[in-house]
Amino acid sequence: MAEFLQLILSGLAAGSIYALAAVGFTLLWQASQTINFAQGEFVMLPAFFVLVGMTVLGLPLWTSIAFALVLSLIVLGLMFKKLVVEPMLPHGTLPLVIATIALGVLLKESVKEFYGATAQPFPAIFPQTVYNVAGASISLQDIGNLTVSMLAIVGLQLFLGRTRTGRCMQATAQNPNVAEILGVNVKRMVLYTFLINAALATVASVLISPIYLAKFSNGETLGLVAFIAAIVGGFNQIRGALVGGLLIGVIDNLSAVYISAQYRSAMPLILLIIIILVRPQGLLGTSEGRSV
Amino acid sequence: MNPFKLLLLAVGLVALFVAPIGQGNYIIYTLNSWLLFSIAAMGLNLTLGYAGQVSLAQAGFMGIGAYVTALMTLAGIHWIFAAVLAISSCFLVGLMLGYPALRVQHHFLAFVTLAFNTLLFLVLRNEEEMTGGSLGLVGMPRPDIFGLSTGGNLQFYYFTLVCFVCAAGVMWWILRSPWGRAFMALRENPIRAESLGLKVRRQTLLAFAIGSAFGGLAGAIQAPLVQFIEPHSFGLIHSLKLLLMVVVGGSGFFFGPMLGAAVVILLPEVLRFTEGYYLIIYSALVIVLMAYSPGGLIGLGQKLFDKFRPKQQARHDLKQGVQL
Amino acid sequence: MLRTFLGATAVALVLSAIPALGEVKVGSIIELSGPGAAAGTNFHDGVKMGFEEINAAGGVLGEQVQLSEYDSQTDPQVSRAMVQKAIDDGVYVITGTVFSSSTVVNMLVAQQAGIPQFTGSEAPSITQKGNPYIFRTTFGAQKGMPKVVKYMAEEMGVKKVAIVWANTEFGKGGYGAFMDEARNYGIEIVADLPTEQAQTDFSADVLKAKNSGADAVFVYLTEEESARFLREAQKQSIGLPLVGETTLIGAKVIQLAGDAASGAMGHVGLTADAGIPAITEMVDRFKAKYNYTPDHNAIKGYTAAWTIKCVTEMVGSTDSQAIADKMHGLTLTTDECPGVLMDATWDETGEMSRESFFVEVENGKQTVKAILPPN
Repeated sequence: MAEFLQLILSGLAAGSIYALAAVGFTLLWQASQTINFAQGEFVMLPAFFVLVGMTVLGLPLWTSIAFALVLSLIVLGLMFKKLVVEPMLPHGTLPLVIATIALGVLLKESVKEFYGATAQPFPAIFPQTVYNVAGASISLQDIGNLTVSMLAIVGLQLFLGRTRTGRCMQATAQNPNVAEILGVNVKRMVLYTFLINAALATVASVLISPIYLAKFSNGETLGLVAFIAAIVGGFNQIRGALVGGLLIGVIDNLSAVYISAQYRSAMPLILLIIIILVRPQGLLGTSEGRSV
Repeated sequence: MNPFKLLLLAVGLVALFVAPIGQGNYIIYTLNSWLLFSIAAMGLNLTLGYAGQVSLAQAGFMGIGAYVTALMTLAGIHWIFAAVLAISSCFLVGLMLGYPALRVQHHFLAFVTLAFNTLLFLVLRNEEEMTGGSLGLVGMPRPDIFGLSTGGNLQFYYFTLVCFVCAAGVMWWILRSPWGRAFMALRENPIRAESLGLKVRRQTLLAFAIGSAFGGLAGAIQAPLVQFIEPHSFGLIHSLKLLLMVVVGGSGFFFGPMLGAAVVILLPEVLRFTEGYYLIIYSALVIVLMAYSPGGLIGLGQKLFDKFRPKQQARHDLKQGVQL
Repeated sequence: MLRTFLGATAVALVLSAIPALGEVKVGSIIELSGPGAAAGTNFHDGVKMGFEEINAAGGVLGEQVQLSEYDSQTDPQVSRAMVQKAIDDGVYVITGTVFSSSTVVNMLVAQQAGIPQFTGSEAPSITQKGNPYIFRTTFGAQKGMPKVVKYMAEEMGVKKVAIVWANTEFGKGGYGAFMDEARNYGIEIVADLPTEQAQTDFSADVLKAKNSGADAVFVYLTEEESARFLREAQKQSIGLPLVGETTLIGAKVIQLAGDAASGAMGHVGLTADAGIPAITEMVDRFKAKYNYTPDHNAIKGYTAAWTIKCVTEMVGSTDSQAIADKMHGLTLTTDECPGVLMDATWDETGEMSRESFFVEVENGKQTVKAILPPN
C-alpha cells in the first residue's frame, strides 16, 4: 500500500509539470492551430536564462527568475509570435510545423554551443524537506510543484472564463473572424496567448530544473510527454491538459512497477492511440466538429 | 514531356552515373546515402506533398524495411525476396496505421504516426532475441544481382542507383496516372474532390501506404549499405529529419525530396567551417525559408524565376472572364 | 608560378611516397553533436590538448601533428562515413568514437583500411570481434566489472543486489558483464531495473530497489541519470549502499547530485582525485584551457594522443600496419611515456589493462578506498 501511495504521489508531482507544458500546447493550438514541436525546448530554455542571470550577471536567485521571465516573454512569447508564427500563418499549418521543429533544434543547439553540453545543477526553490505520509516519502519540492501548477492552471481557467480579456481570448480562439466583427482586438488576444505560454513555460522550467537538472536536450522527452498529455486530456480544453498531465505522470510510474520497466514509455503512447481511436477529442475535450 | 525536359533528364542520369567515378570511398558513400534518403523522402513526398498528410513515421518504415531485410539476408535469403517482403510489410503496416487515424480528423495521422514511430523503437530495442536489441544487427551481406557482386562501394552505388531510378520511375508513373492526379485533387480541395466522386479516405490511405512502402525500400537498401542497424537509426528524430528534407526541398514537387535530401546530407559538409554552429545556422535557414517560401527551395527557385522571366501580358479584358 | 609548380610536384612526390613523410595526420572521429555530445566533446578536447602539447614539445618524429575533427553526430551511419572520410584524407591513425553503437560500425571501415583506431568505447563486444586495428583507451566493462563485483562480494559481503541500468548500448554492455560476474560470485539479483535514456523520474526505480530486500544497489547509468537517481534515493531514504562503475561517482555526478552523492561508491579506471600527480596536473591544465572539469572521457582522449605519439616513435615511422602490430602486447610505462599518466598494457585483442581504484564519495570528493591491480 505504501508502495502504491508512493507511486501515485511521485506520479502526480511529475505529472503536474507535464500538465504545465501541456497547457501551453493547448493554448497555442487554439490560437494558431499549430502543433508547437518546440514546446519541450520552451520549457528547457528559461532555466538557462536563470543560470545566465546567476552565473554571468551575478544576480540572486529570485531576481534571476524575474530576469528569465522577462527574457522568456520576449523570446518565447513576442519574438516567437512575430518572427516565426506570423510570417508562416498565411502559408497554412505545415510550414509552421516545420518551422517549430527547426526552432526546437535552434534553441537546443544554441544552448549547447553557448552554455554547454553537460547538465547543470539548478538551485532548488523549495527547502529540501521530505515528509513521510503513511510510509511514502514526498518532498516539499513535490508538494510545491503540484500546488504551483494547480494554481497556475486554475488561475488561467478563471482568467479565461471570468474576465473580459479572457473571454475575448476564448472568442478569438473559437472563431477569429466573428470575434473581430464583434470588436475584439484579435491580434492582441493572440499575443496574450503567446505571452501566457511563455510565462507558463518559465514556471515549468523553474519548477522542474532542480530535479531534472538543466540540460540542452531536456526538451526532447518533455516535449513528447506534454504533447501526449495535451491530446489525451483534450486538445481544446485547459482542464484537459491538467488531467492528461497528471494521468501520464501516474501511468508512467505505475507501468514501470506493475507492467514492464522496459515498456514503461510505451504505455502513454498506447493510451494516446486508444484515445485517438475511441475519443479523438480527448478525455475532457469537446468535439471540434470540423473535418478539415 | 518535351524534348528539352527529356534532354535534361538524360543529362541528370549521366551525371548520376559518372558522379562517383574516381572519387574516394567517402564521397561514394555519401552519394549512396543521398540516393537512399531520396527514395524515402520521395515516398514521404507522396504522403505529404501530394496527399497533404503529415506522417512522422517515415524513419520507422525505413526501420521495418531495414530489419526485415537484415533478418532475412542474415538467414541466407536473397536480397530481392527480402526487399519485396520489406516493401509489402511497410505497405500493410501503413494501411493498418492510417485506417483508424484517417477515420477521424486529418492531423491525427501525425499523432498516430508519431506514437507508432516511438513504439516501434521500443519494440526494436526490447525484443532483442529477434532484433539484437540496442546492440543492433551487424554484417548484412551485400547482394549479388544476376551474378554481379555489389560488395565494393562503387558497385553498391550503382545498385542503389538502379533502385533509385526504378523507384523514381514508379513514382512518376503513379503521379501521372489518373490515380495520382486524384491525390493532387485531394490536396488542392478535398471537399470538391469528394463531391466529384473521389473516395477521399481510401485515396489518402493509399497515398500514405505507398509512401510508407518507399520507406521500406530505402530501409532495405540501408541494411546492406551500412551493414549495421540499430534502433536509434530509426527514431523519431530521423522521421523529423526526413520531413525536413521533403519540405526544404519543396513538398509537392517531383524533384523536391531529392534536392532536400542533398541539402540535409551535404550541408554539414558545406558548413563544416562553422564548426559546431552548423545546426544553428541550418535551423535558422529553415525558418527563414519557410517564412519566404513554403514551397521549399524549388518553390523559391520558381518564384525567383517567375520574377525575372519576361511575362506574357494577359489581355485585361479577358481577366473578367477568367474569374467567372 | 615556379614555386607553385615546385610545391605541387613536392606534394605529389610526398603523396606517392609510402608512408607519407612530413605529413602526420590524425583523425578524430567523435560525437560533437547529438546525444553523445557531452562525452564526445570531453574526449575530443582531451585528444586536442594532448596533441597541442605534443606539437609544442616538437611533435611526433619531429613532425607537427595535424589533427582533423569529424563530427559523427552520434549516428552510426554518419560515423562510418566520417571514418571513411578521414581515411580518404590520409590519416595514419584515428581516435574515437565514444559511443559503442558507433564504434562497432566504423571500426569495420578502419579495419578494412588497416588504420589503427583508439576508441573511447567501453562495451565488451568491441575487442571480441577479432579486429586487429582496434585499441581501447580504457579497459572494457568486462574488465571493470569483475573488479567491482569482487569488491562487493569479498569486501562488502553483498549477497543480494538490485541492479539499475540504462537500457542503451552503453548500459547493455555493462549490464551483461555485471550479470556474468554476479553469477560467478553467487550474488543473487533480486531486482533487475532497466531505465530509459534521459529518464527524469526515478521514483519507481528507487522504490523497487528499496523494497527488493537487496544488500546493495548497483547503479549503471550515464551522468545525469545517475545524479537524478541519487537524488531520488536520498529523498526516499533508500538506506542501502549504492555502488557504481565509473559514472556514478564521477566528478560531474557529484557536482549535479550535491550531498545526495555522499556515500555512493564505486570503481573508476581513471580519476582526477586518485592522488596521482600526473593526472591532477593534467586535469588542472585542462580546466585552465577549456574552462570546465574534465571527466574520464577527457583523460582517455588525452592518453590516446600520447599513446599514439609514443608508439609511433617506438616504431620510428607513421606506418599504420607497424603501429598496429607494435600495439599488441605493448606495455607503456609512465617513465617511457609520461603522457599516458598511468602504466598501461594492451593485449592481442586491443584490450587494455591498468590499475584502477575503488572510491567512495565523501564531502563532495572521491576518496580512494582501495587500489585494484590490473587484471
